[in-house]
Amino acid sequence: MRRIVIAIGSTLTGLVLLFSWPTSLNRTTAVGLPATTGTTAAGTTTGAAAAPAPAAAAAPAATSGTFTGSAVQTPYGPVQVQVTVSNGKVTAAKAVAYPSGGGRDQQINGYAIPILNSEAVSASSASIQMVSGATFTSNGYINSLQSALDQAKL
Amino acid sequence: MSAPTLEAGAAVGTGAQHRAWVEQIMGMPISVHVRGALARSADVAAAVESAMADLHEVEVIFSPYRVDSQISRIQRGELTLEDASSKVRQVEALCQTALERTDGWFDAWNSTPGMPGVFDPTGLVKTWAVSWAARHLDAFAPGLGYAFGAGGDLQLRPAPDGEPWTIGIEDPRDQSRVLARIPISDGAVATSGSASRGAHILDPRTGLAAAGVLAATVVGPSLLWADVLATTAVARGTSAVEWVHTLHGTSGMLVMESGEVHRWANQV
Repeated sequence: MRRIVIAIGSTLTGLVLLFSWPTSLNRTTAVGLPATTGTTAAGTTTGAAAAPAPAAAAAPAATSGTFTGSAVQTPYGPVQVQVTVSNGKVTAAKAVAYPSGGGRDQQINGYAIPILNSEAVSASSASIQMVSGATFTSNGYINSLQSALDQAKL
Repeated sequence: MSAPTLEAGAAVGTGAQHRAWVEQIMGMPISVHVRGALARSADVAAAVESAMADLHEVEVIFSPYRVDSQISRIQRGELTLEDASSKVRQVEALCQTALERTDGWFDAWNSTPGMPGVFDPTGLVKTWAVSWAARHLDAFAPGLGYAFGAGGDLQLRPAPDGEPWTIGIEDPRDQSRVLARIPISDGAVATSGSASRGAHILDPRTGLAAAGVLAATVVGPSLLWADVLATTAVARGTSAVEWVHTLHGTSGMLVMESGEVHRWANQV
């Protein structure tokens, strides 16, 4: 069960794993994948109004829309997955609800991959609160980004 | 605790809910940021003061730059581990564990140029000390989150507003820029490299300065181990690119001397 929660928690990577584990899919989500599992989708259609209802195994090749599975209770909180299906193929998937309440859950969910950006960040930027780097000495501190961020909150 | 009134929907980092302290200890900046309704309370300020005092105590015991520190006396053969303080023995045991866990790449007995065999735990003391000192702030959880930074390595605990700490990762080629950012609610991020202090990480197999990796950033649950792994990645050089994929439950980034940037995120 723990593996399952871990997989779901780290949204994108987790979902890739999720869909590659048939047992995980069956046990933790109620998302119907008409072309592959043949189960009835328990979710509701939240996509375009024109999308056909996810009727079980009925003309799977033509099924399109966004489907949200039922929330499933796990020891770490509710887990709910939403998939977008286009012509019977899953084109997107995301967790719309996953455990995120406290520190313990955050650790179980794992850590995100660093997001690259090449833009210069000024002290007034609200997007960063702390800086990690290998160069922090007292001598270098006065001109550092971290110094600017500290001053902003002193 | 008499919590001040919480503003509904208050932005992260608003003055009333976000406070920072800075001190220079052990030759590096110690930055403590706290978030939560208690951020400006006297209790939290006193806890930060206690944490800083702990770090001063660590400096007195461990600094290799103080001739009278216990580490200096051990290095001169004037003090044995058995007679040293329990903190020194605890750090020595952690250095042994780090040596084993990194297959010899993190070597506190081979980390000082020209002094093979001399015990110098400086590379591990900083993060060990932060986790120890930060216990003063842990006492306020879950009503208070914090970011405890020491020389570019950070321990994060979740703020009650639910928003993660957004950490910028310094560009080792231009320290005025961040190369990447990463959201972390609860965990640690450590960066090792050679950007401003010269090549200060040795390849223990050659005794020479490690080459190939300009900076290694590791994100994980433990600050001490994130730092040990980041240092190991720099010591390993180019072989670190493959090796980081074996580090379960971590994410991170390698900036290579070639200019390439490698990133990873591994499941637990």
